[in-house]
Amino acid sequence: MAAVDAAAFTEVRGLRRQLRRTGVSVNSALLYASLAWMAIVALAALIPGVLATDDPTVLDPARALQPPGAGTLLGTEQYGRSVATLLVHGARSAMVIGLLATTFGMLVGSVLGLIAGYLGGWVDMVIGRFIDMLMCFPGVLLALIIAAALGSTTTNLILAVGIATVPGFARVMRGQVLTVRGHLYVEAARSNGFSPARTVFRHILPNALAPSVVMATVSIGVAIVVAASLSFLGLGPRTEVPDWGQLLSLGQPYLANSWWISTFPGITLTLTVIAVSLLGDWLRDRLDVE
Amino acid sequence: MSVTQARTSDQEDVGVPDPILTLDHVSKHYEVRSSSNPFVRPDLLRAVDDVSLAIGRGETFGLVGESGSGKSTLGRVAVRLSTPTSGRVEFDGLDISHLGGTNLRRVRRHMQVVFQDPLGSLNPRMDVGDIIGEPLRVFDKVRGSELDDRVADLMRAVGLDPSRASARPRALSGGQRQRVGIARAISLNPKLILADEAVSALDVSVQAQISNLLVDLRERLGLTYLFIAHGLPIVRQVCQRVGVMYLGRLMEYGTIDDVFENPQHPYTRALMAASPIPDPTVRRERIVLHGEPPSPLDLPSGCRFRTRCPMAQDVCVDVAPPLVQLGNGHAAECHFAGQLEAAA
Repeated sequence: MAAVDAAAFTEVRGLRRQLRRTGVSVNSALLYASLAWMAIVALAALIPGVLATDDPTVLDPARALQPPGAGTLLGTEQYGRSVATLLVHGARSAMVIGLLATTFGMLVGSVLGLIAGYLGGWVDMVIGRFIDMLMCFPGVLLALIIAAALGSTTTNLILAVGIATVPGFARVMRGQVLTVRGHLYVEAARSNGFSPARTVFRHILPNALAPSVVMATVSIGVAIVVAASLSFLGLGPRTEVPDWGQLLSLGQPYLANSWWISTFPGITLTLTVIAVSLLGDWLRDRLDVE
Repeated sequence: MSVTQARTSDQEDVGVPDPILTLDHVSKHYEVRSSSNPFVRPDLLRAVDDVSLAIGRGETFGLVGESGSGKSTLGRVAVRLSTPTSGRVEFDGLDISHLGGTNLRRVRRHMQVVFQDPLGSLNPRMDVGDIIGEPLRVFDKVRGSELDDRVADLMRAVGLDPSRASARPRALSGGQRQRVGIARAISLNPKLILADEAVSALDVSVQAQISNLLVDLRERLGLTYLFIAHGLPIVRQVCQRVGVMYLGRLMEYGTIDDVFENPQHPYTRALMAASPIPDPTVRRERIVLHGEPPSPLDLPSGCRFRTRCPMAQDVCVDVAPPLVQLGNGHAAECHFAGQLEAAA
């Protein structure tokens, strides 16, 4: 018995060693998969014609509701357009909203958090209460309210989703600035006689930024999902080509018979969000100087 | 020296002909608010309580005392990292007690700080060259290859290999990190350097190297140090004059020889008794202090050392001791100063 166990044990160890020698671990395999997936999504967003040759605006009722495999890779929706083509052409909208909304939220939130954390006192109080106010609403609800109030255009969707991410960024940055501000090298910068601007941008910000950057990558995923949710609810921009959220809702009445219309956009969304989060984890490890 | 010299406590003899830093009745008090009851009047923590002191150009003035004696606070007030509650801080003839903004920043280049924690005082995201060169870039607008040369010179001056300029602080040893901190401090040719326990965190052998470096730099660059330490041997090795702090007050000050050979405050004697002499044949009187120092929130009446003083009398409870001048700039704040026999 013991001999068998030992043999199995050495075999497992040998396998591990082999894996290590080839440099492939589960983590790095996931990382490469994420990179590959995001490369595909990026390509689709930049030049969709490479991945999908047919025109996503041409309706063809004769081909409506074909299951996957029969002529088209992922089937067709109720107007006869290929789901795969629509997914490829919807990538741009998802990426643009995800990136711009996160950029907006990170910029506004980080600036607010930086000011609150560095100046403290009543400024911190005012900004803190404002952030608390935003935080009272769940992100999706806040975005929903803003999108409904502003009207459904791409810019407004970006603003709505972006504002929803502001409180998170503000909180993280404020906390980081409070920590970093107490470090001796900040006091050293002060004792050197450097200006407050130099102290903030050269000594505090670079050391306070890492968590916000990691949060941004996660936030891109969240922003894509929130934007898709708003589109699903009909608050997205009215365009000829449906984005991922609209495609989800297009398929909703047909879920029982034509599952592929909603299922593939759902899987695409999920994979994208997971890939972005994994890249965020990797980035966090890379950014950690400690 | 003789201990029977005239007591001239009415005139304050700072004993320094050309002071670069003068502290005149400087206090730093903090309000400590009750954490449970916001309506209670906050307690007053007297971190530094009415300290007067002058540091001569080119000398090294040591400040010793237990943890919590206020020596670091006094150092921070002296270089205006914090603002005195009352009193006057004069640097190179300029009253800097309440300078702020640009005016204060302009003075700061002349008084630099070397901190206790060498790693913590270096920005982890900058390399050694950037850290040392930053003051030159900012104040003297030195750029490009000239900056590289100046940084290399500074690194050589503090005994660092210039090829390490691209290293991060984390990659250096403790002694090397402190050398980086010293190089940054001397980069602008300051007049005064506050060394706040600058060698306390280092290994003993490295302590000696760094303190030798500090002495060497003082001679080469004409620096003045305010040298804060809790170890007496290092102070004796590095400093010309020394001040002893206890609970926010300067208990005794004078030249190294006067204070170490002929301490006239019981607290100074106790501190020295606590410091080991590496010679088993030396016998000396042992003064052992019992208990913790009293809380600086609730100071004893009269003399603040009386609760632990082996010589305390009734007068110490009722009357705050005068500052007794003993000549040669040596003074002690004790009712019995000048009456203690010379230490063995």
